[in-house]
Amino acid sequence: MVQESVSFKEIIGDALIDLAREDSRVLVFDADLVNASGLRKFAEKYPDRLIDCGIQEANMVGMAAAASEAGVIPFAHTFAAFAARKCVDQIFLAACYSKLDLKLIGSDPGVTAATNGGSHQGMEDMGILMGLNNITLLEPSDGILFRWMLREVKNTPGVFYIRTNRKEERKLYEGDTTFQLGKGNVLQDGRDVTIIASGIEVYEALDAAKLLEEKGISVRVVDMFCWRPVDKELVIRCAKETGAIVTAENHATSTGLGSAVANVVVNNCPVPMEFIGVTERFGEVGSIAFLQKKFNMDAQSIVKKVEIVIGRKGGRQA
Amino acid sequence: MLSKDEILRLNLFSAEIRKATIHALSTAGSGHIGGAMSMVETLAVLYGKVMNVDPQNPHRKDRDRFVLSKGHSGPSLYAALALRGFFPLKELETLNQGDTILPSHADRNKTPGVDFSTGSLGQGISMAAGSALGARYMGNSYYTYCILGDGECDEGQVWEAALFCAQHKLDHLIAFVDYNQQQLDGSVEEVCHLGDLRLKFEQFGWYAQEVDGHEVSQIYEGIRKAQGQTGRPSMIILRTQKGWGCEYALAQPICHHLPISKEIEQQEIERLDREIEEMKRGMA
Repeated sequence: MVQESVSFKEIIGDALIDLAREDSRVLVFDADLVNASGLRKFAEKYPDRLIDCGIQEANMVGMAAAASEAGVIPFAHTFAAFAARKCVDQIFLAACYSKLDLKLIGSDPGVTAATNGGSHQGMEDMGILMGLNNITLLEPSDGILFRWMLREVKNTPGVFYIRTNRKEERKLYEGDTTFQLGKGNVLQDGRDVTIIASGIEVYEALDAAKLLEEKGISVRVVDMFCWRPVDKELVIRCAKETGAIVTAENHATSTGLGSAVANVVVNNCPVPMEFIGVTERFGEVGSIAFLQKKFNMDAQSIVKKVEIVIGRKGGRQA
Repeated sequence: MLSKDEILRLNLFSAEIRKATIHALSTAGSGHIGGAMSMVETLAVLYGKVMNVDPQNPHRKDRDRFVLSKGHSGPSLYAALALRGFFPLKELETLNQGDTILPSHADRNKTPGVDFSTGSLGQGISMAAGSALGARYMGNSYYTYCILGDGECDEGQVWEAALFCAQHKLDHLIAFVDYNQQQLDGSVEEVCHLGDLRLKFEQFGWYAQEVDGHEVSQIYEGIRKAQGQTGRPSMIILRTQKGWGCEYALAQPICHHLPISKEIEQQEIERLDREIEEMKRGMA
């Protein structure tokens, strides 16, 4: 039985307290968002292990990575929009290029920044970091997966970026589900098309799959929580077995999950693809549901894209 | 206080660093000679006297750390490291050649003795802060030293780090600004005036001093005083001249990056050899 949903904000505090209790090397950095991120709980439990840097993301990221040279396992948090846009050079030099450790968490990606609006809706964080070497890019779709990710990145040396919303989500996984870095999760099998989704778009994909089943279309749904390295083997298998792919991401389609999947598809097994995500526009204020609908990222929009992509199978155009 | 002999020894070490740097740069054909030269005395004091490092075991956990925040000045750091025995002097002749262990900007994954990778200005001081914070958290007592460029202080990240280091009382961080008054495009005053840097860092909460950056005794005294501080980071402003110790570089209006021919190398090395002979006579 899938347990009751818990907000990611609660999970980050609890999970990092667990990790800090187990491993004295864990140190957590934030940039004046302790009261917003859910890390207050951690700060109260371990006041000496939460470094609130103030509003200085670039220094925080460079410093956190460098602290790993001394043996620290550094977790750092800021909003997703700022994690990539303000810190890409520090992530590059101090962490990736230096081959040091960094576990960076960017909260409120894309439309999940909701009423914080366009300045805060990082539609491009993963795309900015996608071009770096020596970095793993992750996005959890539910709390069980997020908890697993935090533990996994703590235990794995290297540079990781996790983008995650802070708000409550539906539950997806059982507590005992096993995951693997670099491996997507097939949530339901299907024959006619694969929807490869991530984060909040996984739920839209599952809803779309139900609507499509009613129309007699059999849909495979993949939770591709690891964008880089993307699960090449699974993408190829989906292309071969279902003959068409729709990607769905809460991110700019120009540089995100869809691009990563398309790269594998084009190089290995070209099949028709369609893309769900944010295309050539900035974010704006509104509820998550409102923005998903407005940006054509809701289940209905996915249904339409699936119908188009199926129409293109076998060389036919919709 | 340094003894007269120690001063002579460190001045000799400085001259040897300059010779090896000029040789490396002339083999490469060009390079960042100005900033490499102006920090030589500080390198000599750090690697010749102050820092606890082990060339046979460059990754020893309790060693002092060094961050070359002005990463483009790698060549004189490499000269100091080679002279200390971190790698053979012959390697200096591969500077900036394909597959070298000595790239123009410092790289911890390529060069034995280089602790942090730099080259994007403004970042090294944050790395030094992370190094000092990490050391303290992990219960280690080693020091982290860091040299910034003056032009580098145009970067906002330097001042983010300056605030942070004071706020978190990083007293095992000792930083320097190589205030040689010149950046790539011209004089610091003309491009982006820094004003009274010592006062700026003092007002940011640092223990800040200003010394003659070409006087090893003053640099050493500055470091000793900095090591005596508790509860605040230390900044030592080095009054220097860009290109110092290389007549050819000093004669140029701007000497940030210059071509270095074999003829120039020969003239400079002959001159430095004469200085070394004079110093040795002084020792005897």
